[in-house]
Amino acid sequence: MNNYTGELVVSHSPHIITPNSIQRTMLYVIIALIPSLAAATIFFGIRALLLAFVCCFACAGFEFLWNICLKKKNTVSDLSAIVTGLILSLNLPVTLPFYMAVIASLFAIIIVKQFFGGLGHNFMNPALAARAFLLASWAGAMTTFVSPDKAINIFGNADVITSATPLGILKEGGSRFPSYWELFIGDIGGSMGETSTLAILIGGAFLVWKKVITLHTPISYILTVFILGYIGGDSGLFHILTGGIMFGAFFMATDYTTTPTTKTGQIVFGIGCGLITFVIRKWGGYPEGVTYAILLMNVVTPLIDKYIMPKTFGYVKEAKANE
Amino acid sequence: MNISFLSNLKNFLPDNELKTFKGGVHPNDHKSPTNRIPILDIPAPEQVIIPLNQHIGAPAVPCVSVGDSVLAGQKIAQASGFISANVHSSVSGTVCAIEERMTPMGVMAMSIVIDNDGEDNNEFEDEPRNFKDFSPAELVDIIREAGIVGMGGATFPTHVKLSPPEGKKIDYVIVNGAECEPYLTSDHRAMLETPMEVITGLKIILRIFGLKTGYIAIENNKPDAINLLSDYAARENEFDIKIVPMKVKYPQGSEKQLIKAITGRSVPMGKLPMDVGAVVNNIDTCAAIARAVVYGIPLISRIVTVSGDAIKNPTNARVRIGTPFSYVIENSGTLKSHPKKVLMGGPMMGVAVPSLDVPIIKGSSGILALSKRKAYTRSEGICVRCGKCVSACPMQLMPLYLKEAATKDDFEKLTQLNISNCIECGSCSYICPGANNPAQSIKVAKFKLRTKK
Repeated sequence: MNNYTGELVVSHSPHIITPNSIQRTMLYVIIALIPSLAAATIFFGIRALLLAFVCCFACAGFEFLWNICLKKKNTVSDLSAIVTGLILSLNLPVTLPFYMAVIASLFAIIIVKQFFGGLGHNFMNPALAARAFLLASWAGAMTTFVSPDKAINIFGNADVITSATPLGILKEGGSRFPSYWELFIGDIGGSMGETSTLAILIGGAFLVWKKVITLHTPISYILTVFILGYIGGDSGLFHILTGGIMFGAFFMATDYTTTPTTKTGQIVFGIGCGLITFVIRKWGGYPEGVTYAILLMNVVTPLIDKYIMPKTFGYVKEAKANE
Repeated sequence: MNISFLSNLKNFLPDNELKTFKGGVHPNDHKSPTNRIPILDIPAPEQVIIPLNQHIGAPAVPCVSVGDSVLAGQKIAQASGFISANVHSSVSGTVCAIEERMTPMGVMAMSIVIDNDGEDNNEFEDEPRNFKDFSPAELVDIIREAGIVGMGGATFPTHVKLSPPEGKKIDYVIVNGAECEPYLTSDHRAMLETPMEVITGLKIILRIFGLKTGYIAIENNKPDAINLLSDYAARENEFDIKIVPMKVKYPQGSEKQLIKAITGRSVPMGKLPMDVGAVVNNIDTCAAIARAVVYGIPLISRIVTVSGDAIKNPTNARVRIGTPFSYVIENSGTLKSHPKKVLMGGPMMGVAVPSLDVPIIKGSSGILALSKRKAYTRSEGICVRCGKCVSACPMQLMPLYLKEAATKDDFEKLTQLNISNCIECGSCSYICPGANNPAQSIKVAKFKLRTKK
């Protein structure tokens, strides 16, 4: 009877936990981004892959250095910095000089993420904030888009022939509109990851299958833009296939930390993103508004979470009145 | 902006889904090692340790003294109030001590220690009695005398549930065979091996309330139990017993979630199931009621699942109340490796016991011995605000904000977030990718709130 004298661990229930850790979730996101990265490499050349590598390496490196400097537990292994780097790179034009990508990574990881307390505490999507930072600092380099069929020199961008994005054409007029097929597979000018809707949908479907994200935000976002585009007199389909809507809806508006926690709140978030995106596209100074739309809604998120709370089980008004 | 109509869209879909509730999680059920193995009868140990506070409510008061000889099934402690329960000796023998002993809850409690004489002398009925010979009031009395409490783990005295105050009309009697906790199969085996007792127990409760229709809710992962009980139910002509298959989801066996799934009624915040006209009893509780009424046997034994990866031969065992954990393990599954953590109950809501010398009590539905590999202990986790806990909460609370407020001892905010509605099921902590433990913080905060008042 006294064979079992070893010490037993006593702890609170529950005594089991889901296998879906943060690390695994981030790994799923990385896997989901691979189709977009592959599409970018096919359409824009090997420099796309290189730029992605530079961003990931820089983001992970800055996070590592930050933890070393502040004597904190190393958090690189949770893979969130790699995800930030990958999403950042897919938001950049393929011709962007590497040093700018490194500075953007510094901004994303140190200023946006770590200054506010690290993973789970940033109030804006780090990759998007870094993109906005680049747009403000090097507007020229950030809006130099190349046609997919032009070969790009890996180490320089001297001979680049610029090409307008479809939204640029819509805004400023100019050469011919691409066909819907070209828009769908991504054979157009634009940021690395946002051109190929097909690749984004493959990645998005993977995330939904793995239950990393739900469709509440992406659908409400895309549907809002589609309807507004239709009402606004343009083709709704054109609106949702161009620019960063698809990429933003599936990979950035679904970021855990900076979006509402309730499903209803996520729908409101998506509709808000759609509204702001369309307003910027239609009347704003920029041809594209996804970045600012999501960033602005990130800032509104605490408010959405405060006012849209699920009605608790058995909620009765009288119960409140009695207290 | 009110867009909740979106979630109402599903009401227009055909009603072919199994009954369930909103929220919840899907942990790996680990039931296959034990759900096909017959219940093992474990001999009574040489000594039983019977705590006096095995139930929710006031502890029972001893009515025997050291040195007294007692029969099996003899009352050894008297309920000390309405919400309290009698305690009986589970063996015949001599009272050798009345003193503080360690309980599975990890606290010391007054217990009666009895040396077993091995005779099992008792005064149980030789001839089975017919429950129809008793009036409803007499039936409640028998159940109260037998010291029956909720055996699913909550240990709420059953006679209290069966005596609603004047003016509260009960119209739904539900037997809870959901058994949504992973590993546990004791209710499953009880349904398969003692179906008649379960059905009789339900009929007794129906007679108490003067009803004809009763419900047995069973999760859909126990098709054999659903079929068997359906066969038995079909043979009833006086009573209409409905077997309701439920969706497999944790915490399907939670009282409020079960009532919602079956009746469509939500128990209002801070109210009891009887306030919506429902009474829910566990499978083994029903069987205990039948044994008490038909054979006059009080609650002195129960079915315990002995499982976990440190157990060599996982099984279910019928065990006398008061049998030490170590004795149960030795005489049933036996250990194959040194356990790091031993639980009483399931892994979602069970209690980690401090040692193997603690006794089986009325609410011990399982003994789970987990090795180092499976015994999960959390270090401090982080919240990435993913909202998975919000979706998983079966009470539609926001665990992440509750935890935040709990850490700051912000009681006003906690009340605003309806902390009292938390059923402590642990779904939020299970689903958290950041290994955060909102459930623990909420439990601590609830305790602080209770003691503050």
